[in-house]
Amino acid sequence: MIDAEAIRSGNRLALSRALTAVENNTPDSKRLQAALFPFTGNAHLVGVTGAPGSGKSTLVNQLAKAFRQSSSNEKPPKIAIIAVDPTSPYSGGALLGDRIRMQDLAGDKGIFIRSMASRGALGGLAHSTAAFATLLDGAGFDVILIETVGAGQAEVDIARLAHTVIVVEAPGMGDDIQAIKAGILEIADILVVNKADRPEAENTARALNIMLEMSHGGINGAGKHFMRSLAEKKVNTEPSDKKPGWETPIRLVTAIEGSGIDTLVDDIRRHKAYLVSSDLWKVKEAFRLEKDLEALIKDKLLDQWQENLDEEKYQDLLAEILQRKRSPIEVLDLLL
Amino acid sequence: MTNKKIRVLIAKPGLDGHDRGAKVIARALRDAGMEVIYTGLRQTPDMIAEAALQEDVDVVGLSILSGAHNALVPAVIDKLTQIGLDDVKVFVGGIIPEDDIPNLEEKGVYAVYGPGTDTQRVAAEIKTAVNPKSE
Repeated sequence: MIDAEAIRSGNRLALSRALTAVENNTPDSKRLQAALFPFTGNAHLVGVTGAPGSGKSTLVNQLAKAFRQSSSNEKPPKIAIIAVDPTSPYSGGALLGDRIRMQDLAGDKGIFIRSMASRGALGGLAHSTAAFATLLDGAGFDVILIETVGAGQAEVDIARLAHTVIVVEAPGMGDDIQAIKAGILEIADILVVNKADRPEAENTARALNIMLEMSHGGINGAGKHFMRSLAEKKVNTEPSDKKPGWETPIRLVTAIEGSGIDTLVDDIRRHKAYLVSSDLWKVKEAFRLEKDLEALIKDKLLDQWQENLDEEKYQDLLAEILQRKRSPIEVLDLLL
Repeated sequence: MTNKKIRVLIAKPGLDGHDRGAKVIARALRDAGMEVIYTGLRQTPDMIAEAALQEDVDVVGLSILSGAHNALVPAVIDKLTQIGLDDVKVFVGGIIPEDDIPNLEEKGVYAVYGPGTDTQRVAAEIKTAVNPKSE
């Protein structure tokens, strides 16, 4: 049995086993999440997303190092990294290779890295990534860096989970129409053009800048409109135009050499301060916890439905759908 | 509903830079439905043991072509034991002389694979090592 107290007091083996319990949904999982939840809410969840090969792992490696070094006069923050890679839809296996770029971090006991396979989830994270963040938060990590699956245009789950989202672009990834499409660029709190030593980097940054200028004013960096409406409804007492908005910075970074990293760490800290001072931190938390609860309810309802399912009836109806005798939408009423 | 996947760490301790074999095995185990964590080249025993702990793997596969297996393998196993991972199974792949195999097995290695090994055999033996009842 895994001891939640041991996790609280920094036992890394207990933490690691607890993560497995949660990932595999073993009987221990519920107890551990419940025991650690009261201690959560302190960690800064930072998402790093972007296309495959854009340099997310290398960037995460540099960010973790910089966080550990930057505050020399106070205690350096404890850093956890969750690195998600895709599960093969055919074999169910996965090759998790993000640690290759994080070898620099070995030996630092203030850093904990865990690789995760997506296990069929499609939003760029795994089903249990949010629960991982809860455990790591409860275990006392100050910053949790979450690296998504190499993402394209639709893998935007990270926007819900993380307080701060960094979208990484590599130069030459597309024209300016790509930059104004909906999706991943919209969720960025900070935009990074990585591999800035390449000649096209300036052009990419320019295209991104045009995209940002086209997005609505106020809280710059689109996709925040929903958050803003929430903020106005629930917490905000002053008109939003009197609050200092967040200007999504575009940073040129060469992660492999570490150039531009210190500025990026400042941006991340600045974004946290902005979230806290504008009350958006609380709004985001409320929104996320509500969505987490919804997801749990959906899972549970599905489980219960499957347990009580008349398999024979189900197969018969499935056959009728296949023969075009009934539509799936009709069958729904017969099954629920 | 529990949803257990076998997790394997493939690591290259020591100084040789040839990781083709490690990659072939990693890919084959992925295709066998396992979650494979590959850590890259030139790992110290400390780094390997710590990665095994953080990733909570069931199995560690060590790929060694440098000839230093008699020193490296026991060092990794000692480290694993020291940090509480004595239940983790270890196999070795690479260029290992016949005469050295009994010694490695005595140290706790459950299998040693040379060049040309059928990768499906490696996968099957991992499943047996992790869950002896299931075959």
